[in-house]
Amino acid sequence: MLEVKDLRLGFSSARQMLAAVDGISFTIAKGETFALLGESGCGKSVTAQGILRLLPAAGRVLGGSVRLDGEELLALPEADMRAYRGGRMAMIFQEPATSLNPVLTVGRQIGEVLERHLDMTGEPARQRMLELLRQVGIADPERRLDEYPFQLSGGMKQRVMIAIALAGEPELLIADEPTTALDVTVQAQILDLLAGLQAERGMGMLLITHDLGVVARMAHRIGVMYAGELVEVASREDFFTNPRHPYTQALFAALPEVSRRGQKLVTIPGQVPSLAAMPSGCRFADRCPQVMAICREQSPAWRETTAGHVVRCHWQGDRAVDDAACHSLTELDLQAAQPFLEVAELKVHFPIRKGILQRIVGHVRAVDGVALAIAPGRTLALVGESGCGKTTVGKALLQLIKPSAGSVRLGGSELVGLSGRRLRAARRHMQMVFQDPFASLNPRLRVGEIIAEGMGALGLEKERAAQTAAVIALLQQVGLPAEAVGRFPHEFSGGQRQRIAIARALAVQPQLLICDEPTSALDVSVQAQILNLLKALQADLGVAYLFITHNFAVVEYLAHDVAVMYLGRIVERGQAEEVLRTPQHPYTRALLSAVPVPRLEGGEQRIRLPGETPSPANPPAGCHFHPRCPKATDLCRQTYPETTTISATHSVACHFPG
Amino acid sequence: MSGFQVVVLWSDVLVWLLVLAGIGVGVLIAKSPPLLAAWRRVGANRVGMASATLLLAFIVIGLLDSLHYRVALDGKPGVKTQYAIEVLSVLDALVTPLRTQNEKTYSAPFATHLYAKESIERPGLGTVREYPRLKFGASHLADTATLADDVAATALRTGALALFAWLALAAVVAFRCGGWRAVWRGDTVFAWNAVLATLAAILLVLVPLFALAGDYHVFGTDKVGQDVLYQILKSVRTALIIGLVTTLVMLPMAVLLGIVAGYFRGWIDDVIQYLYTVLNSIPGVLLIAAAVLMMQVVIDTHPEWFATAAERADLRLLALCFILGITSWTGLCRLLRGETLKLRELEYIQAAQAFGVSSWRIILRHILPNLMHIVIIALVMDFSGLVLAEAVLSYVGIGVDPTMTSFGTMINNARMELGREPVVWWSLAAAFAAMFLLVLAANLFADAVRDAFDPRAA
Repeated sequence: MLEVKDLRLGFSSARQMLAAVDGISFTIAKGETFALLGESGCGKSVTAQGILRLLPAAGRVLGGSVRLDGEELLALPEADMRAYRGGRMAMIFQEPATSLNPVLTVGRQIGEVLERHLDMTGEPARQRMLELLRQVGIADPERRLDEYPFQLSGGMKQRVMIAIALAGEPELLIADEPTTALDVTVQAQILDLLAGLQAERGMGMLLITHDLGVVARMAHRIGVMYAGELVEVASREDFFTNPRHPYTQALFAALPEVSRRGQKLVTIPGQVPSLAAMPSGCRFADRCPQVMAICREQSPAWRETTAGHVVRCHWQGDRAVDDAACHSLTELDLQAAQPFLEVAELKVHFPIRKGILQRIVGHVRAVDGVALAIAPGRTLALVGESGCGKTTVGKALLQLIKPSAGSVRLGGSELVGLSGRRLRAARRHMQMVFQDPFASLNPRLRVGEIIAEGMGALGLEKERAAQTAAVIALLQQVGLPAEAVGRFPHEFSGGQRQRIAIARALAVQPQLLICDEPTSALDVSVQAQILNLLKALQADLGVAYLFITHNFAVVEYLAHDVAVMYLGRIVERGQAEEVLRTPQHPYTRALLSAVPVPRLEGGEQRIRLPGETPSPANPPAGCHFHPRCPKATDLCRQTYPETTTISATHSVACHFPG
Repeated sequence: MSGFQVVVLWSDVLVWLLVLAGIGVGVLIAKSPPLLAAWRRVGANRVGMASATLLLAFIVIGLLDSLHYRVALDGKPGVKTQYAIEVLSVLDALVTPLRTQNEKTYSAPFATHLYAKESIERPGLGTVREYPRLKFGASHLADTATLADDVAATALRTGALALFAWLALAAVVAFRCGGWRAVWRGDTVFAWNAVLATLAAILLVLVPLFALAGDYHVFGTDKVGQDVLYQILKSVRTALIIGLVTTLVMLPMAVLLGIVAGYFRGWIDDVIQYLYTVLNSIPGVLLIAAAVLMMQVVIDTHPEWFATAAERADLRLLALCFILGITSWTGLCRLLRGETLKLRELEYIQAAQAFGVSSWRIILRHILPNLMHIVIIALVMDFSGLVLAEAVLSYVGIGVDPTMTSFGTMINNARMELGREPVVWWSLAAAFAAMFLLVLAANLFADAVRDAFDPRAA
């Protein structure tokens, strides 16, 4: 149905044309899902924009053809093209929060498509809208139709977005990272919905993603993109059983998994070449473990290995990444020593103020009685969906947010209520690595100044020369060159920035590093580098980590202990093996089963959670989880469950564990 | 030449202190390699350097006009020397003909005759109503028909002279920077080609202009017959002082209060917000008018404070700057508060807090540098806004002292004449052109500075 041939898209910048997409070809049949897979900056989204001819202002179509049922789209005048967009082709964007217009009701936004493409107005349009909302699984569509986007949750916004896309009855749906911004349980709902709708309507779908798990769940055929080129196209089965391109294989090998616990992850050295400096030969040559002389000279041609499985590589071997090379890195059965950080009954309540006099009318119970203990040299993973309060816990530990109640004891001394000099002294022992490496480094300071800041503030290295030497030693420890000292953060890639952030935290020699989703903004291969680094640092320095994350793969790979959080409380905690192998809380089980697995045999039996996380300002009575729990009884609706101990280390807060 | 007495006005002190501060900052910059590198980037920016050249020309005029003195009167020997009541500046001395050659009333640029008819006794003809010849404008011409030839000849002659001067200058630059071609193609580190091009334009316009200004009123004369070019030159200093001194008053208040309110939140934020909301809710002109009138009363009741009219006018100018500064910090303050609210939630600020870095240090190291782009843009916007505000205030009669020339008073005086037929356009046009060049140059230069100091764009 859709046939893309030799499509070349570029950006004009300072007198020259930089090709972001360089001659890619693929086809999508009716009812088929074709997944474009690749790391950020590989030209996936630009391809989608090019197909819809929605390139940004600097973008140009340099050549090639895009045919929909034989009709050449690139040659159409703009006025005719508009009938295609939203009509025969529709797009779903990554960020549901920004892809809906906040000042128009849901109904207006769906109605716009109906009016434009189907000439439907008035009552028939309204009926059709209700039908669409029902199709995308929105309860009470009559009410939702007249609501504004801010009244909807993230998952519902994405459903509305899908309803808008479906309104024009498209034959081709382009989904650009449709679930990246959503939580795993909601992601599972949306993926199910998309798969169901596609089967029902026989739409073609172009799915753009970086997540191998989503690919395994959704795609029929997969195209791997690297630096503006497709390097491998294969059916789902071939792709997951027998990936041929070294890049694809490296992507698989870089995934953190439970089977790789204690091993070093395979990383892809270097980074995607910039548009201005594309190598003339194979674009992956500089990062490829199998690189040969010919790779640097000529770009490889397509080679068919089995029927329907084509790959662009000179190398004909089978397995590029040697698993044996992954040597053991950390001691995983480290004995739990005496914990040095103990948290009990930690509460963080934010007041809700209303009215002229700003009276407090309620509290957002972001953290509502959390107890944790971390032993030296171990990793505790704090897992939960967005909005459950896990980041707040991290900040409250550091006293960046004042806890409302509870105690944080560091090596026996109480931190809550400390201030001034004594708090500063205590802060030496805990530091934080933040989620977004682009926001956590001051763009106006040099790397050297950034790293030295903590030493200066805590009065560690007073002398300039000693400080510089210490900074350089830290940079080398995190795998950056010493010359980085004099450069600005913007000169570094995301992974390198995260290394700088880690070096900054390590500068004061903390015993505990609070890592707040340190890899969620990074690509898989870069994530592997950072995880390796964190492990190596733990082995060398004996730092303990509080690892705040929603990514179960990372938890499985890295954590010694796991605590699962839901709506400000910890619902289950224990050693990683216990929690992940024999989850006791229904929420933990649902979370685990919602994670898309990057394997063929992924989807045995899935537990689907209805709805989304309620607001912590107004948590449900009784067990917070009962509205979404398949096992809920009257008891659950009335009382919050006591903590039940399963084993010496494993405990769960549920009336009906197991 | 008789003796003279140096007069130091308060605004002169401020102006020269600013110059000294500028030199001091320059020395500090030269000592810090990263700052030097940033200013090198400014130096490489062609538009920035072209506008800097133009700005420099304005500043030179302003500085020349900031060296004041009083001429000694011819007295009997032995008697204590008396000094003239009039305070002059070096600029006045340089352009003496412009200052002294006053006509009776309006005359158009390059005119030979006055703009208004007068009754003139003609021997044999009785009293005739006609346009009289100007006293000074084109008075060296016997035949007014040769005016165009004379102007063209003088312009060509001096234009050629300017060209030679420019060529000599360019040769020096080319010699020092490795050849004409390098300079022309912009291969030099410093954007010499832009500077030279701007200099060429300035020289080619100014040299013939001043050469002609001796014999003609190149921009015409105003109601009382004063040369408009002279007024323009005098206005430059007023504009610079209003723009700079007001900014100096306003900036620390806006930046400090804005950041403090945004960073500390709580009751500090409440107090500061209350303060600027109250200030903002009072109509600006009314507030300024009240303050200026009060100040005027104080000045008028204490004539003994001032030796000369110039001193009084100067103090009034400074007071005006101060009042404008006190009333105009709210906009920038509000902007900076909002931006600080955003910045303080960023992770690098929290990282610094986690290290126990003190609040003031966080403000200085992390927040202020990330607000500088807003401050620079706001400064330039305010600079042009203040020059305009001065014009409005002068119109209401509460601006600068009537004896002081400013773009505002010029526009104001010209305003009424736009309604008459034939229209008197030159005063307004000249003031407009000069202001336009000044403000545009300041804007472009600020753009260049901001770009160079943004590490993300470098």
